Order: sequence, then C-alpha cells, then structure tokens
Amino acid sequence: MALLEVEGASVDYGRGRVLDDVSLSVGEGEIVTVLGANGAGKTTLLRAIAGATRLAAGRVTYDGAPLDGLSIGERLARGIVLVPEGRRILISLTIEENLLVGAHQRRDTAAVRKDIAAIYERFPNLAQRRHMAAWCLSGGEQQMLAIGRAIVARPRLMMLDEPSLGLSPLFVNTLFGLIVELNRGGLTVLLVEQNAGKALAIAHHATVIELGRVVVAGDPRALQADPRLREAYLGQGDDAAAGPIEPILQRGTGV
Amino acid sequence: MSGYQTGVLVILCFNIIAAYAVYLPLAANQLNLGIAGFMAVGAYAAAWLTTELNWAIAPAVLVGGGASALVALVVATPILRTQGIYLALATFALGQVISAVFLNLEVVGAAAGYQVPAYAPAPAVFAATAAIVAVVFYLSRTRFALYLTALKNDATVSELLGLNVRALQIAAFAIGAAIAGIGGGLYAHHFSFIEAQHFNVALSITTVLYVLLGGTQTVWGPLVGALVYTLLPEVLRVGAGWRYVLFALFIIGFMAVRPRGLVTPDLGRRLGAMLMRRARPGKAVP
Repeated sequence: MALLEVEGASVDYGRGRVLDDVSLSVGEGEIVTVLGANGAGKTTLLRAIAGATRLAAGRVTYDGAPLDGLSIGERLARGIVLVPEGRRILISLTIEENLLVGAHQRRDTAAVRKDIAAIYERFPNLAQRRHMAAWCLSGGEQQMLAIGRAIVARPRLMMLDEPSLGLSPLFVNTLFGLIVELNRGGLTVLLVEQNAGKALAIAHHATVIELGRVVVAGDPRALQADPRLREAYLGQGDDAAAGPIEPILQRGTGV
Repeated sequence: MSGYQTGVLVILCFNIIAAYAVYLPLAANQLNLGIAGFMAVGAYAAAWLTTELNWAIAPAVLVGGGASALVALVVATPILRTQGIYLALATFALGQVISAVFLNLEVVGAAAGYQVPAYAPAPAVFAATAAIVAVVFYLSRTRFALYLTALKNDATVSELLGLNVRALQIAAFAIGAAIAGIGGGLYAHHFSFIEAQHFNVALSITTVLYVLLGGTQTVWGPLVGALVYTLLPEVLRVGAGWRYVLFALFIIGFMAVRPRGLVTPDLGRRLGAMLMRRARPGKAVP
C-alpha cells in the first residue's frame, strides 16, 4: 500500500483555484517527482501535504490514516518533513542551532547528537563552521544544511521543493546523488523540480501538473522518451545540463 | 556608598528590569510599546496586596508580576493578531488604557495617587534585579530562546518546521509582562508612592529606546543599553544645563556608529577571539 495518497486535492487562494483535483500516490521507499512550470501549483501541493495550506476539497492519506485536521507539527511527528523552496535557512542562527531547531520535536537528546554528528561527517563544510552564523554558507551549503535540518527530524517522507534552484551544476549533481543515497537508505521522497531531466532520471514515478491540474502521470522513462510530452510540458528539455528549464507558461512566481 | 550613588543604582536596577521586559517579546519580533501599562498592573496589584491585605512584600510583588502576565495572556489573542507597526500601535493603546483605568480606580487612590507604607530597601531591589537578570540569562541558553530567535529570523519557515509560533509569541509576551509587573511592584514599595501618570507613554518609549541602543540580538544588549542610558546622563552632569543635549547627541552618535545596537553577536565573537589571543599568546587566532 502507498505511504502517501493524495486524492482529488483542491486548494483555493482567494477566488482562484490553484490546485484542482490533483491525485497522486507515493509508495514506501519510492522517489516520486512532480514537474511543472512556475505557478503550476507544485509548492501548493507540498504545502497542503505538510499541513500549511488547507484543502478546499479532496483528502490526503498517510500511512493508512487521513491527515485531515492535523497541524504541521502533528504531521512532522508522523515523519512528514518539508525542505522548503529557497532553502530558508535561519541565517542569524549558527549551523548547529539550525540543526537543533530541525530536531525540536525529539526528546532523545543523545540520538539527536549522533544524527548531527553523522550530518557533519557527511558534510565536512558544515562541520568546520558549525558555530558560525549560517549566512556565511554558500547556496549549495545552505541546501545541504536545509536537508540536514530535515534529516534530524527523522523523516519517513521527505518533500523537497525545487532543491536545485540556483545551485551550480556541480552542486546539483551532489544534491541528486544525496537524494538517491537517502532513498536507498529507506527514505521515501516526494521531489518537486524544474530540472526535469535530473528529476526524471532518479524518480520511480512522475507527475506533471499544469495550472493546478495533473496533465500526465506515469513512468519517468516513458515521459523522458516521449518528445511530444517533453516539448509540451517540460520545455525544450536538455537533461544533461543544470539550471531550470525554460517554462512555457509564466504565471508569476511559484506560489 | 553615598545616598546619591545608591539612588543612581536603584534607578539603574529599575531600568534594567524594564529593559528585559521589553527585550523578551522583542526577541520574538514583537515591539511592546505599552510596557508602562504592565508595570502599572504589577505596581498597583502588589501595593494593594501589602496595603489592604497586609501581605509580605516578596509574595505581593510576585503576584503582581503574575497579574501582569495574566493581563498579557488575556489580551494576547487579539493583540498578537497584529504584526509589526500595528502590534506596536496596539500595545501603545493598551498601555494608555491601563493607565487610564488606574487613574479612575478609587480603591487605589485614583488621580490622587496611592500611598504604599510597606518599604523595600535598596539592597532588596538589587537582589531582585540580580535574580531577574539571572533568570533571563538562564532563559537565553534554553531551547525556548533558540526557537524565539528562529521565529525572529523567519516566522513562516519556523511554522513550516513545526514550531508552535503562536505559543512562543504568547509566552514571550507574557514573560515580558511578568518582568514588567515585578519591576512595577518593586518600584511601588521602594518609592512608597505610585500614581497612574508615572506609567506613561514616555516611560514605555524610553525603555524601548535604550533596549534598541544596547542591541536586541544578544542577552547582554538590554543590560548595556540600560547602563549607558542611566549612567551617561550622570557623567554628563559636568555639562550642567547642556547635559541632555550632549546625551541626545551621544545617542545619535552611537546609533550612527552601531546601528544594530552597542552589543551584537559579532562583537561577542571578536571579544572572545581577543581574549583567547591574550590567554595563549603563542597560538594566534587567525
């Protein structure tokens, strides 16, 4: 059975419907990617699953139980962790303090220390500067810290919102390598991306949304191979290069 | 210690307490411009308890702080719905309302003021101030303070990380109010007389000013701000009639040179590095 099941999810902002009858399913241990242009509703979908945005219709089921009415904190306690768009590091806190904030729900202090030590081992750049304010980090290092902050919350489902945005090509490769590594360690991943080529290469399942609706869903290899689809929904896809693909529809920035 | 020196130290103590009352909510990005109102609640509550019910001073002052925190909890829901400049305005108005209530409350003397026979001597004020400073310094090392800083950094992401933003804001607001209330209760019993007009807007605003002068990013800021604000005018007495002009110029100068306050985390780190260098002259810190 799927770990996460979104059925007919709709979200209204003001009078506009930004998410319209979206359904998708994420199996335990899978990487599922959601692709689409700016303003397609990808961020809204993640926010709705995290509990930061209310559904106007539809439902989200996680681990066999509906999430209706549960706060962000309660969903976090069940293992649903969001890495927000743009990293959103707490810049005046130190790197270590950022990680401690990420682990704020946990009471097993010794295990938290161990998890933080493991993150330092994985990212020596963070370890060196653990007591420095986080604004001194580069964009790529901030992304690593944002993921580290999510890891110390002990996620079962990690949702990443455009993690490659604004990163150098080298870091994009490191990042996708890390996502695959975490997934092999048992983590379920829901990945929202504009870098369609990279995302399709690591995903087990892909969904493309446009103007709040699902337009295509299926096997990422099939999506990648279909030139008509690539042109219509993913721009003039160049999967090797880094950087976001030129979106066809520009409707303001990502909501 | 001369009477004058003791007098200045007592004023310093009240200013330090007021500074921390403003600092705590400010650490959660809430500007409380009605702090004098919360001092008034504590002052009148404690004074009434010792005068009418013959309570001892210490429990009366603590209950006064509790009463002030209670008022904060009651108004937190409507007031903390506002943000930024609107929150400042709402707290400003609240301070005015509280002051006006005491101005008309006959049981505590109304406009004539309220005599407080029970007396708290200077050493008691010093001890209470030291205790409050110790509590705030302790708090600054807890997770609670860490989460407040996270909230001040980015309230939206703090919420996404699952922090209970609302509860943190209310707690910071109420603890600040409790400190203000304790300060007010001590004030009433040291000066033996209180009147509603004392707890006015000017008191709220000057307190905020010297907290900003000291810096709001570290727990040392309010202490240094209160020190400078209290002691500098005394030092400037040599300037006779010009001393407040000099004082104002100093403040403007400080803010121009150190716009984020006199004490910043960066300054703390640099001082730390300097001390390390001095302690270990052989191994220079780069």
